Amino acid sequence: MITNVIDRRRRAQRLLLLLAVTLPLAMLLALGSGAVRIAPADTLAVLLGSDRGQATLIVQQIRLPRVLLAGIIGATLAMSGAAMQGLFRNPLADPSLIGVTAGASLGASLLIVAGGSSLPGLVGLSLVSLGAFAGGVLAVLLVYRLASSENGTSVATMLLAGIAITALAGAAGSLLEFFTDNERLRQISLWKMGGLDGANLPRLLLASVVAGAVLLALPHYALPLNTLLLGESEARHLGIPVNRTKLALIGWVAVGVGTSVALVGTIAFVGLVVPHIVRMLIGPDHRTLLPASALAGAILLVCADALSRIVLAPTELPVGIITALIGVPFFISLLRQRHQYGMQT
Amino acid sequence: MTLLQLQSVDAAPWGDPVLTDISLGLAPGEVMGLIGTNGAGKSSLLRLLAGDFAATSGSVLFAGRALESWPRQQLAQQRAFLPQLSLLNFPYTVEEVVLLGRTPHSTGLRADQDIVRQVLRATDTLSLRNRLYTQLSGGERQRVQLARVLAQLWHPDDMRGTLLLLDEPTAALDLAHQQQLAATIAGIAARGCAVILVVHDVNLAASVSHRLLVLDRGQAVASGSPETVLTPALFRELFHAEVLVQPHPNGRQPLVIGL
Repeated sequence: MITNVIDRRRRAQRLLLLLAVTLPLAMLLALGSGAVRIAPADTLAVLLGSDRGQATLIVQQIRLPRVLLAGIIGATLAMSGAAMQGLFRNPLADPSLIGVTAGASLGASLLIVAGGSSLPGLVGLSLVSLGAFAGGVLAVLLVYRLASSENGTSVATMLLAGIAITALAGAAGSLLEFFTDNERLRQISLWKMGGLDGANLPRLLLASVVAGAVLLALPHYALPLNTLLLGESEARHLGIPVNRTKLALIGWVAVGVGTSVALVGTIAFVGLVVPHIVRMLIGPDHRTLLPASALAGAILLVCADALSRIVLAPTELPVGIITALIGVPFFISLLRQRHQYGMQT
Repeated sequence: MTLLQLQSVDAAPWGDPVLTDISLGLAPGEVMGLIGTNGAGKSSLLRLLAGDFAATSGSVLFAGRALESWPRQQLAQQRAFLPQLSLLNFPYTVEEVVLLGRTPHSTGLRADQDIVRQVLRATDTLSLRNRLYTQLSGGERQRVQLARVLAQLWHPDDMRGTLLLLDEPTAALDLAHQQQLAATIAGIAARGCAVILVVHDVNLAASVSHRLLVLDRGQAVASGSPETVLTPALFRELFHAEVLVQPHPNGRQPLVIGL
């Protein structure tokens, strides 16, 4: 495939524009879908402040926090995935590789088994969510310590340490599930599937602040990430403070993914596949890859959440199932043409 | 004035010493070839100069200033390193890869593209500029990486104060491109860029270098012009190889013929 640099950058700009236009449309449609359907015109009217009775209540109280939360979480997961794929120089890396998801699952399981789900939490967050966040961040710290020596942090060792910690947390989680009663087992299993049904205003505010910070911080590392794809030494030779960059990237991703797992459970796939797809379309330049992944991740999760409410209404499906069902066929179709996009792995 | 000055440098990045008591000076525009057996410390010396690890004792001065006290970005504008192996496995286009070499400079896309065009021409990769790096052959990739490090230091007239470190830049190149590389090195050296390179082909090393430094088990065992360094005795002792050393028909260098 022949690609001119200028053409490629223009194509990236066009994709960004397209995604930026699609996201509000997807959100508008998502606000109208669910057990009670609301026409887009009515949704828009409610958003602009007019009172439409029941529709106002549903849109403002229930669906708006949920749709916004879906957007923020989807964006955070996808941008974190793009950053991790760059840092690990592996287009198949996933934010969960550094142990954050497994640690969070174990933290949540521990608190569910200990009976924490019936206790009140802090600022609209259940104790289980706090446990998940703490577990996720602790796991990343442990992985980071294991991979660090006085010579710096080895990304390859981190990958292996992440696998080891994930396996350990998984085993501990299974042990808990084995000994707990059926009701709590069901709670754990539902929590793991992930869902946005717990969205409310305090959670949305928390997500906006924390995930918003992550979404603003990561694009600052676009140029360092571009050079990191050449190799860590090569990035250092180009004047990049590599160790500081690695620490910052891992820190932001741990906070972003830890928060999202704490709020909505584990939603696999978004962080792995969205950046991969975007890279196939516009190339690996992180200056456009990071924001485009965030927008695409937001769109995917907003749509997936809307579908999860419609498909079996009034029952809701776990959103992780839908993200996989939408994304996988699209991903496979791209994989079949991967040589056209220059992907070797 | 010397650009690079090493004084009794020892280095042991992984415990065992890899470089022992190395002293050398390099002037702007000087080309130094490193030769020696596998594991003699040639790449280690380049990596020390590239800042991958620090000297355990002795001093490394670059433009009169201790290497480790240089500000990162300023150093990156004046020193570039081409490693033996490239790990790049993402579908950048060739031009994007070479543009990455301009990262330490804030000269803007237009000026950068102008420089990129010049280095692509110097490495015969201009026709590849819109191809994806991942779809190139080994030799083409090596030329693109060479173009990237050239772009990092490139100036059409004056390259004084810059240092280019090349680790086996010819390993995957065909004969024509080896000769082109030699011409490129002569060109940037004439503009003041100092070059240190590791090359296994001693005749190629002799043709591009003003001076050769022979390393053995981390120590400098010989140093000087190709005529004085390349002797049958050196090859016998160091490489356990019998060679004939004749004057080259071009009259400018010795010619080493394996027996």
